[in-house]
Amino acid sequence: MITFSDKQLKVPKMSKPVYMVTGGCSKFDRSMPDKRTEEICIDALTEASQFIGMKPRELKEYIHTCYYGHFADHFGDQLLGESVIHDRLGLDPLGNIGIKTGGATGGSTLWEAYKTVASGYSDCTLAMGWERMDEVPTDEGNHLISCAADKDWETPLGHIYTGYYAVMAQKYWQVYGKEEASFRRTMAEIAVKNHNYAVMNPHAHGGMRITVEDVLNSPIVAYPLRALDACLMSVGAACAILCDEKTAYKLTDTPLKIDVTAGSHTLRVACRRDMEIPLLPNETKETYREIDKRFPGGERYPGFTGFLAARMAAYYAYNMTGIHDPTEDLDLVELHDAFTISDIQTYEDIGIRPYGEGRTYVESGDCYHTNPKTGGPGKLPANISGGLLGCMHAVGATGIMQVVEVGQHLWNRWGEMHGDEEKWKRFGREKPKDWKNLQVKGAKRGLAISHAGVGSHVTCTILQHPDHVLERRCP
Amino acid sequence: MSIEEKTRGKVRVVNNRYKFEGNFHYASPNSPMINESGKLVGVTNPRDMTYVHTYGGEAVFFESLSQGKLVASRCDNDDCRSKGSIFMPFRIHCPDCLMRATQVDITDIAKRTGKIYSFMICERSGAFNTLPKPIKFINIEFEGVCTILMGYLSVGTPVMGMRVVPIFNTKKPTYTILDLSWVPEGTKKKDLPKNFTFG
Repeated sequence: MITFSDKQLKVPKMSKPVYMVTGGCSKFDRSMPDKRTEEICIDALTEASQFIGMKPRELKEYIHTCYYGHFADHFGDQLLGESVIHDRLGLDPLGNIGIKTGGATGGSTLWEAYKTVASGYSDCTLAMGWERMDEVPTDEGNHLISCAADKDWETPLGHIYTGYYAVMAQKYWQVYGKEEASFRRTMAEIAVKNHNYAVMNPHAHGGMRITVEDVLNSPIVAYPLRALDACLMSVGAACAILCDEKTAYKLTDTPLKIDVTAGSHTLRVACRRDMEIPLLPNETKETYREIDKRFPGGERYPGFTGFLAARMAAYYAYNMTGIHDPTEDLDLVELHDAFTISDIQTYEDIGIRPYGEGRTYVESGDCYHTNPKTGGPGKLPANISGGLLGCMHAVGATGIMQVVEVGQHLWNRWGEMHGDEEKWKRFGREKPKDWKNLQVKGAKRGLAISHAGVGSHVTCTILQHPDHVLERRCP
Repeated sequence: MSIEEKTRGKVRVVNNRYKFEGNFHYASPNSPMINESGKLVGVTNPRDMTYVHTYGGEAVFFESLSQGKLVASRCDNDDCRSKGSIFMPFRIHCPDCLMRATQVDITDIAKRTGKIYSFMICERSGAFNTLPKPIKFINIEFEGVCTILMGYLSVGTPVMGMRVVPIFNTKKPTYTILDLSWVPEGTKKKDLPKNFTFG
């Protein structure tokens, strides 16, 4: 049983508030041989500039430090790719640095950009992330991704990251899912929801009008996970501009207060040690009394059923921002749905539901834009962008795309940014005749989770409309 | 053996310095990528090179596999809250106090108490995989060990809680983690994969 010190559990307090003033995304696709990476990064920055009525040149004049999220240099055979992009964006002589934390790279890039503003070092920072995984065949891509595992203890085992991850999915499936057909259908519902939402998103490349049966009949990748339970592999870029209060109000009338936190856990799942469940503000020890009796096999925490890094990122974030119950205090979330089952695990890690009860978030209809059970609004819609399953997973960009998406709801501009006929045409995609505006009405606060592999890094970003900022819980 | 295999680079270590012998890369010409309109889009960039990597303080673990032994490490620091914790995967240092951990042979513990905590049967693999498919990933708990080792099952079908025992590639070791595999308790010697023994 391991424990953490009070100093390690200290809730962060920033020197000054930080705001997101704008953000933008490129088109996302499985491959883009017609574009160099710098072209998609410029597309993202251009969209961010235009969102606040500026030219890229004008916005660039405000930027003081740059953070670049790009996970997989070795896919492109280009070290220091961040410097290539910085040069092509014409941002000399500004300080810049590359960020790499696997699947959480986008969120970590925001984390760094955020702290730089909060510390006073910069008044305005750029967080830009991208990835391209289209320039090697799939099996070599699998090998390159497996290099993010421990090269001596894990990578030689099949050179396939899915295998290292899927043992956790298997544990969750058997312990908390109890191998029930109904649980399997709930997993499939997530894929159906996110692929169908992606149909309404011009940036997305995984939009599909599918059914639960389609998911259940798709090829097995690693039982119980099937092809439609797994995220996309994408090319694309996303960016956000973070500012201090004074600069933020120069650039926009409604900057969104942003807070970003991070947690970590062992790179090798093999190294996870037993511990007590760290509690979130809406939980008590009673919440988990006799959990091992309710879910035999779930004696260890986090074992293979939870992600400590996600729990800790949420712990810091909720206490920093005053969130007590995410379902009550937030209006939407964008989660790291790398697999349908990890989406359910995340509901529990971040306290949307207690451990073991994540499935009820889907089964209640709370996670939908429009609750299919009631026909009314979902209580806490999740992954309206389509998520990693339906929109994209261009690793370095993913965590930033999620935050941009949440921001567009808080700005009440989701419909404008996703319904624009010109954008659909520019991306070479046909706008659906039945296109639906998925704007979450009256959204005031949202959250995004960015997550690496087997849970080595997780970030939690909270966005709040400036008129609806909660009070911090801890002194 | 091809000429490339004969001349492929090898490394000796002398006086704590790498001594490189042979070829560590093979150059191949690139080729253009052309689209359906006959226009140039880009080029291929072939690479064939050999990396070198030290196991450092973990070398004892990998060498022991070739001798049919499973070596873990234990924190023996009186001043550490993790004193007595046994780590498998082997850790050179205790993750809490960072003192050098003590090597402990847990081969017998593994044989007596190894049990599947989770598993996954994977039909796919990445480039450079040498394991037969499907790969049966297993995670093994041992009595008195605070972590859960990942490995692969060579015989049978994994289920949660199944008792398993280690087997070792002692006849033709690769000196990698692939030299350690697992089989269900009671597996006969004749059913072991080529080059593997019970140690």
